[in-house]
Amino acid sequence: MLTIKNLRASIEDKEILKGINLEVKPGEVHAIMGPNGSGKSTLSSVIAGREDYEVTAGEMNFLGQDLSELDPEERAHAGIFLSFQYPVEIPGVSVTNFLKTAINESRKAKGLEPMPAKDMLKAMKEKMALLEIDRSFLSRSINEGFSGGEKKRNEIFQMAMLEPKLAILDETDSGLDIDALRIVANGVNKLKSQDNAVVVITHYQRLLDHITPDFVHVLLNGQIVKSGDKNLALELEEKGYDWIKKEQAPIG
Amino acid sequence: MAEMAEEDKVLNEVTQSEYKYGFYTNIESDRVPIGLNEDTIRRISAKKNEPEWLLTWRLEAYKRWQEMEEPDWANVDYPKPDFQAITYYAAPKQKKKLESLDDLDPEMKETFDKLGISLDEQKRLAGVAVDVVMDSVSVATTFKKKLGELGIIFCSISEAVQEHPELVKKYLGKVVPPSDNFYAALNSAVFTDGSFCYIPKGVRCPMELSTYFRINEAGTGQFERTLVIAEESSYVSYLEGCTAPMRDENQLHAAVVELIAMDDAEIKYSTVQNWYPGNKEGKGGVYNFVTKRGLCHTRSKISWTQVETGSAVTWKYPSCILKGDHSVGEFYSVAVTNNYQQADTGTKMIHIGKNTKSTIISKGICAGHSNGSYRGLVKMGKKAENARNFSQCDSLLMGNSCGSHTFPYIEIDNKTAKVEHEATTSKIGEDQIFYCNQRGIPTEEAIALIVNGYCKEVLNQLPMEFAVEAQKLLAVSLEGSVG
Repeated sequence: MLTIKNLRASIEDKEILKGINLEVKPGEVHAIMGPNGSGKSTLSSVIAGREDYEVTAGEMNFLGQDLSELDPEERAHAGIFLSFQYPVEIPGVSVTNFLKTAINESRKAKGLEPMPAKDMLKAMKEKMALLEIDRSFLSRSINEGFSGGEKKRNEIFQMAMLEPKLAILDETDSGLDIDALRIVANGVNKLKSQDNAVVVITHYQRLLDHITPDFVHVLLNGQIVKSGDKNLALELEEKGYDWIKKEQAPIG
Repeated sequence: MAEMAEEDKVLNEVTQSEYKYGFYTNIESDRVPIGLNEDTIRRISAKKNEPEWLLTWRLEAYKRWQEMEEPDWANVDYPKPDFQAITYYAAPKQKKKLESLDDLDPEMKETFDKLGISLDEQKRLAGVAVDVVMDSVSVATTFKKKLGELGIIFCSISEAVQEHPELVKKYLGKVVPPSDNFYAALNSAVFTDGSFCYIPKGVRCPMELSTYFRINEAGTGQFERTLVIAEESSYVSYLEGCTAPMRDENQLHAAVVELIAMDDAEIKYSTVQNWYPGNKEGKGGVYNFVTKRGLCHTRSKISWTQVETGSAVTWKYPSCILKGDHSVGEFYSVAVTNNYQQADTGTKMIHIGKNTKSTIISKGICAGHSNGSYRGLVKMGKKAENARNFSQCDSLLMGNSCGSHTFPYIEIDNKTAKVEHEATTSKIGEDQIFYCNQRGIPTEEAIALIVNGYCKEVLNQLPMEFAVEAQKLLAVSLEGSVG
């Protein structure tokens, strides 16, 4: 589904990603872990097509399409969804209006008619129930005055509505209390299928207690330096990142 | 009686002298216009078969105008119009009056269609009575009969002069006297048409009254005159929308709108203005110098809502004189400037009566090389016990070459009065646009979404179908503003 080869990217001439290789197949859950400043969020931004970053080398292929040729919205239409670490506020734009616009723009790009209001409302009700979201949520301005937990829940709600093929969850667990974490993880698990894939970016093991990864990758200084199964995450939780750094030292 | 006289004096003072503090510069001028003269005015008046008193009124206004100088305090810069090069009266080429709106000029219909509103559709779906002013003379009036049954008068002002001279004579120039300002004086001298609306006591007008204006002939100045009178305990919602076809030379538009809300009456006046703003290099476009003012009697309410996207230069301050106790004035405005457009717009809330309340919500959006200014006056008179004002002035900037300015004037002569002013300036963030992009919303649509959200408080004040049109307009006006 997603193949990344030797990806290098920089911002303002500072290289952040220094040759990433990653392969994500349908049905898989990948976790990318690493200390602050290792390049985790940069990787998600580059996959989503944020223009602040310059891709200097390598390739990204998504379902047979070269991502470098697609604008951010075209990547979204192709099925890439990014759950933001810090979702922005858009005053005056209700959650409903925002979702309606997003869904219908994606449909337009595929040559489809706008979704009938009845169908949309039905889908919203279903997904809201799944994520235990109150109805009043729909008429609030997107992310404006939302608590940290509400913002993240809203991200997953959008994901549920947009039904992406690849969802990248960038530190979705930060700002969530235990209950919200469980609800969000539960939502992600229910939406999971053999046709879609999830990349979880996180500092901590705790989200991975709920969303079980098939693969765990350690990102360090712009490179994936170690990959393994879910046990790697447990090991990281226990021992921190220092032992990997030491492991890496002789190579460099 | 003495008190009444005193009140009138205060009112008079307010209407005559409110242009101080930057609103007016009075320098005597001995400039004698060549093209515009008494004969021009006599001809207009004769063509319209006007009574003697109106001609006298026009000539008096013309005399005052000659003594006045074009104001230059506004934060706009433009070559001064050549008043001698303007045609002051242009009847449309059509020979006979139209039976229905279906007979309208196809080109005109096309302009309406581009905005997604066909007149027929509006008539049928929304129940809007439309009085179309095309090149200074009304060509179509609808729904008259239905309104007539309720005693509502909705017609062109020329017709009102013929059919209801007593009402016109009683109210014309009472809220905006000819001597008020340079352009009001000019308008009073040469106005050729406009709308007249009268709602009798206790009547709630059952439909939105709507007038579409457009400038049609090149070089034709447009001087509309609108007079809305809401008698005691009546209600009316009035919509005014403007469209102008592409023109290469600057066109002058100097309208005067007067609203009178008697005791317990309510007038809602909504405007969507999209006169031709000039091209991307700032060439051409309409000069829009408008005087709009409403007078509120006891417990009455006047709401101005405007969405201003057009014109090369805009100079406009819809105002409320809150004369009656417990009267309410509101001003909701969205002003968009793009490319080289300039707008200096705002409002004046003049509190005279006790317990009067006013609300000002102004949303400015500047893009390209444009300049947008908010200029507002809140005045609390001596007798305005417990008067309240809340003002919120927000500006949204797009790009790095535009400018946004706020000029709030506050004058308080009563200790119990309370004025609140809030202001914010923000930029559309790359973050917001990327967030939308990531959800599949392309940049142009993302900007439209963000801008409409920003303007929501104002757009919510518009009647439903007008709000939809306004949203489209905002998107069209800002097309290509973020590269």
